[in-house]
Amino acid sequence: MATTLNIIESAYRATMEEQNDTVVWISHAMKGAGADLTVLLRGNAVNYAVLGQVSPALAFGDWKQTHAAHLDEDIASLISKGVDVYAVEDDFAARGISLSGLIPGVKTVNREGLLDLVENHDRVWHW
Amino acid sequence: MASYLLIESRDPFEVNDVAYFYDLASGLKSRGNEVTLFLVQNGVLPARQCSGSAQLSGLSEAGVRILADDLSLGERGITAESLTNGVESAAIDVVINQLANGVKTLWH
Amino acid sequence: MSEKKTLTFCLMDAPFENARTTTAFRLIDAAVRRGCNVNVFAYEGAVCIPFSKQAVHPNKVHGCEAEEWNHPLPKDWVTEIISLAEKSGSKVDWINCGLCVDERGVGESVPGVRKGTPGDLLNWVNASDNTLIIPTK
Repeated sequence: MATTLNIIESAYRATMEEQNDTVVWISHAMKGAGADLTVLLRGNAVNYAVLGQVSPALAFGDWKQTHAAHLDEDIASLISKGVDVYAVEDDFAARGISLSGLIPGVKTVNREGLLDLVENHDRVWHW
Repeated sequence: MASYLLIESRDPFEVNDVAYFYDLASGLKSRGNEVTLFLVQNGVLPARQCSGSAQLSGLSEAGVRILADDLSLGERGITAESLTNGVESAAIDVVINQLANGVKTLWH
Repeated sequence: MSEKKTLTFCLMDAPFENARTTTAFRLIDAAVRRGCNVNVFAYEGAVCIPFSKQAVHPNKVHGCEAEEWNHPLPKDWVTEIISLAEKSGSKVDWINCGLCVDERGVGESVPGVRKGTPGDLLNWVNASDNTLIIPTK
């Protein structure tokens, strides 16, 4: 089966109203449909690997959101389904994110590791 | 050795992250791959000789083939004479030809 | 070209918001003219592209009534490329992500467009010669 690398770089784009990140979501859906999938978080999306993200439940007037996003749980769930989730080391450093506060199972890569991932997957989708 | 088509739709004046994509092109080329960087939309802006062109010329010197969408160039009044070294104007059909030939294609 | 190629595109942007919609259609049109079969999976805002209720309007700033202004409607582009493909012996297959359609209330699409799931995208990808994801930002 062909292997696919999903590179996710946009982050926190409509995540509150969508209740998740829609590219993380479609990665879940495609894994469930049988895809051989790897996820690479880069740019601002490395923040998705941070433990303790809290999406507030929205409230406008009398309307209150009853099911807010759980972005860190969504990444952990991908890992538990057997998806390798990588994140770019330099992008953590640039954002002051400590590697000790990451979701268990997230693997870090440097520039050469990123190139390895791109070369070693049959398909590379940049989201 | 594989072939890659990297489509850059954004420009380095507005988006810092364009540097990553240029670096990806450079890295893949340095590993012996065939790499084409196709500039489209505002991605063609640094193709006009300017302060932002140096990186593109550097990529070209390193062997990355750099093409700029002819429609995007025309839309921005960028003439052939004003293109920086190493950048050629091309029709968007190039993208389809490469896709049809199975080239790994990434859009940024 | 000795064999017909099949290309799959995944679009994410709603129409009228940025240049990616027109670039995507330029690519799809070029692919059809080259004789390719084309699959389009519309995700998120892109499900609004074939929405049948799009309507033209005048533009008083430009001094134009609706007919003269002739505002492009992307739903017509969808219809045209489907027709172009049929005339040239190719096929354009367009699936809107069903959940994205529901949340945006854009279930009325031009003919030739149907609702589907990410499983459909995966099936297409596995059966295509290549796939291009055009992401939103």
